[in-house]
Amino acid sequence: MPIWNRRCETMSRQDMEQLQLERLQLTVNRAYRNVRFYHRRFEKLGIEPEDVSALSDLRRLPFTTKEDLCEAYPYEMFSVPLREIVRIHSSSGASGQGAVIGYTRNDLRTWSDLVARVVSAAGVTREDVLQVTFDYGLFTGGFGLHYGAERVGASVIPASGGNTERQIRIMKDFKTTVLVGTPSYALHIAEVMERMGIDRSAFSLRLGLFGGEPFPEHLRQEIEDRLQIIATDNYGISDVMGPGIAGECEHKCGLHVNEDHFLAELIDPDTLEPVPYGEQGELVLTTITKQGIPLLRYRTRDLTTLNPEPCECGRTNMRMSKISGRTDDMLIIRGVNVYPSQIESILFEIEGVEPHYQIIIDRVAAMDEFTILVEVSTEILTDQMRRLVELEEKIRARVHAMVGLTPKLKLVEPKTLQSLGTQRVVDNRNL
Amino acid sequence: MLRLTSVVAAYGRITALRKVSMHVGVGEIVAVIGANGAGKTTLLDTISGVLSPQSGSINFDGREVAGLSPERLVQMGMSHVPQGRQLFPDMTVYENLVLGAYRRSRADKRAQMREDLERVYSIFPRLEERHTQLAGTLSGGEQQMVAIGRALMSRPKLLLLDEPSMGLAPLVIRDIFKIISTLHKEGTTVLVVEQNAKAAFSIAQRGYVIETGRVILEGTAHELERNPEVQRAYLGKGYKQIIES
Repeated sequence: MPIWNRRCETMSRQDMEQLQLERLQLTVNRAYRNVRFYHRRFEKLGIEPEDVSALSDLRRLPFTTKEDLCEAYPYEMFSVPLREIVRIHSSSGASGQGAVIGYTRNDLRTWSDLVARVVSAAGVTREDVLQVTFDYGLFTGGFGLHYGAERVGASVIPASGGNTERQIRIMKDFKTTVLVGTPSYALHIAEVMERMGIDRSAFSLRLGLFGGEPFPEHLRQEIEDRLQIIATDNYGISDVMGPGIAGECEHKCGLHVNEDHFLAELIDPDTLEPVPYGEQGELVLTTITKQGIPLLRYRTRDLTTLNPEPCECGRTNMRMSKISGRTDDMLIIRGVNVYPSQIESILFEIEGVEPHYQIIIDRVAAMDEFTILVEVSTEILTDQMRRLVELEEKIRARVHAMVGLTPKLKLVEPKTLQSLGTQRVVDNRNL
Repeated sequence: MLRLTSVVAAYGRITALRKVSMHVGVGEIVAVIGANGAGKTTLLDTISGVLSPQSGSINFDGREVAGLSPERLVQMGMSHVPQGRQLFPDMTVYENLVLGAYRRSRADKRAQMREDLERVYSIFPRLEERHTQLAGTLSGGEQQMVAIGRALMSRPKLLLLDEPSMGLAPLVIRDIFKIISTLHKEGTTVLVVEQNAKAAFSIAQRGYVIETGRVILEGTAHELERNPEVQRAYLGKGYKQIIES
């Protein structure tokens, strides 16, 4: 498989560490100078940019959390004036107000280049026809993969999400060779394909790049078997940049982290102490080239392991294993990040609803189904049917407005959920 | 070829470099740009041994060289063209050039010096024409040629250039930078510090921007040239917008 940027992806450890230190130092200099949030954090901790003499000094720097980004809403974390920002995306946040991510022109160039590396590592070339089924919108998945694949020279189809039968028609007629999207959507496509009775041989599909969702090995196996493609995993997180942070090569033995742009650390989420290579920990990322929003030690809440050994493919950058879980209660439903607290805050504001609820997630025909059980007051339950329907409608609409997904809703009698205690989420998907 | 890690240097009590890390690869031409007082000259002085760093490491050609004398570094293949040329005005062009070969051992001196001088004259034919002229009577551009020529007499692997464009007319700057580019193509690795970002980026592959002794940007020359911050501060673009907003 081609290596998109041979110089950067096969660098010696010594050269890589020199470059990382140079970039870390200038990122810290800039963050301290340009971002009030970091300036204040540094002052509070009594540290100065000059305290970073070696890569190991990264540990002395403050963490950045999702909450910090949400508090900085909308532009407090920006390191450059808005006129230098040429793209704005956003991500969901636990409080309903997500993080805003701004990119300078240079950031966009870097982003495309990093996605080009990931896409190339998976085996995409200019000969490919690549169909992006991620949503194009505030979410970074669609645009991120789009420009990276274009950079490689593939013929990119911005199909976006939904309308599966049309997706399948496009896939067949346009001779799509590469499918990009969430793993669950890939399975759903397989499902619908079978239902439509279209023979696999009518398709040119050979490769899939999946991300945005938990993607355990058994799911990969199932996708590979049912779609008869090679399925690779790639990792991105909107708050940090989007896709392009790491991706698998043809050996499928871990995701190569683009270490010349992101420093990866693993910490114990409880003690915040570093975790040695090979052991599981929470991934912490520091951006070292981003200009719009530099992030120091961003806690991704994703659990993984790191492996510094060079790979058979020739790449020398570190590999992270598939994400094995979260250190917070964020749910990923159809590729969309949902925090239970978002649901809670909606219910809290609706009259006639008790603050007791339960979220149930199932996978039906390869698609996530999202049900919310809500306790309502006795008066409402004994009220007219019409009012109940209105109430359901209202909750559904509010949830859709906040998280972008429409749940199924079940209104239940008071005190049926109370006893559940903390069991607010039931995930039946077996991921 | 050159690797600086967290270098701190000071002039007296004034810290001029604050944890500067940068590198120059073999065969690269790297530009460091910054305003007056940003620490550019201190940077080159520290690399070439004129000034000892207070802390940090400087690795040249695989060896730790922080604190070594300038003479030693010249012998190792590093040549520094200082700011303002620093020629001996009352000596001839020829004499100034020969001074650059000062560190050569006596035995191989004559033959090699002849050869080196030939090379310098072939690069700067004007200097051969004026080899008997006193350096102080030359034009600014010619003086810069002598300064570079003198540095080449020690056959450097790494050439350090401190503001070669200083005080020169635009056309002369273009000639000087064309020559630097030629030297690079012939195999010399170059680190040039400049206030004139446009000239520097016209020949450099990569660059760093320093401000009050700190590196604040790094990237390919192409990226830096298009960076709005660099354009505003060093390329004289965008002032109008700032005043208007």
